Amino acid sequence: MLERDLVIVGAGPAGMAAAVSAYEHGARDILLLERDQYLGGILNQCIHTGFGLNYFKEVLTGPEYADRFIKKVRAIDKIEVSLKSIAVHLTQDKILTFIKPGAIQKIKARALIMATGARERTREMIHIPGDRPAGVFSAGLAQKLINIEGLLPGKVAVIVGSGDIGLIMARRFILEGAKVKAVIEIQKQSRGLMRNVVQCVEDFGIPFYLSHKISRIYGKNRVERVDVVKVDENLEEIPGSKFQIECDTVLVSVGLIPENELMEMAGTPSIPGLFVCGNASKIYDLVDSATRDSEKAGKMAAEYLRNSR
Amino acid sequence: MIKNLICIECPKSCALALDIENCRVVKVSGNQCPKGEDYGKAEIENPLRILTATVLCQGLSLKMAPVRTDKPIPKAKIQEAVSEIRKMRIGRVVQSGDILARDFLGLGVNLIATRECG
Repeated sequence: MLERDLVIVGAGPAGMAAAVSAYEHGARDILLLERDQYLGGILNQCIHTGFGLNYFKEVLTGPEYADRFIKKVRAIDKIEVSLKSIAVHLTQDKILTFIKPGAIQKIKARALIMATGARERTREMIHIPGDRPAGVFSAGLAQKLINIEGLLPGKVAVIVGSGDIGLIMARRFILEGAKVKAVIEIQKQSRGLMRNVVQCVEDFGIPFYLSHKISRIYGKNRVERVDVVKVDENLEEIPGSKFQIECDTVLVSVGLIPENELMEMAGTPSIPGLFVCGNASKIYDLVDSATRDSEKAGKMAAEYLRNSR
Repeated sequence: MIKNLICIECPKSCALALDIENCRVVKVSGNQCPKGEDYGKAEIENPLRILTATVLCQGLSLKMAPVRTDKPIPKAKIQEAVSEIRKMRIGRVVQSGDILARDFLGLGVNLIATRECG
């Protein structure tokens, strides 16, 4: 079986920072796996600004932030990049299986960094009853459809939850000529950053309902309308507070969950020489902080390789 | 008159208090850095935003090229700028930072690509 010193799963901001840092700290045989056909991960669809203020002391968009690291990765010949490569299995002995077009490969990694990012929480996880028509999207999926695929997923949207991606998408929908009728947050305050409430919601006069929730989705084939209710301190519906909003799209922006299925597959919570970084370890507000922590993971992996010789 | 604003220059989201006399900001407080003062003044006198959007590519491997203004533009010009961007097409290879439209709409800013599109 092929053996590699360091295998990194995921070439978003975390995986790229870890790869560069591992090289800088002495690792010389690095394989960086990325399932997409481009490096950069989720940053590529985050075309808005606000990235890099801490790390680069500059205001950058997601693709620009990614580009800085793509150039670093490409400049280091000891980092082998494998695109369109999806990790599908992991064992306790750090034997990783991945598929890429035309091949299945098994690799024994002496050290492994999981930079697999996160998944979006869905409608099912917040239990919105009602019909199950087309037109209910997670905010990040809508972001990908608009910014990468050039497709507008709806014309009149209601956004559930005030996560940063949902707030950013409120503005994006409006700039693309769609309407946003409301942002609805069950908590008393915004889940996303205040700066996003200001520049994405207030700038466009979008009604922002705090302490409210969607109690039902209606629609035969496509979303037609939603019921909205006010909630009390215990997040329970206040009787008589119900009103309806007509819309054809519901965007769900209710948080992220670290993606660690491969580690679950390995069947143990701790594997010597395995490191986790980026959103796969915890959900970050800022990519800058994810980068810094991922650099530590890269350094630790390099030290582990040196000490285990 | 005192007006309260949230600064959007960085994720700290400082709560600013602006002392306004005759539509001019005479004092900004609550900011943790000089950017807050500039933001507070601009927000009252001429609010500015960096505009980000996408442009349709033709004959390239990417369908959409992300773009932005290299400096902030007046908030009031955003809709006009978006309509203009929607009409644009990119048919050549561009690098991140390449200028797509110089002095965009006469606003004194350039529209630049933010991703390599081959």
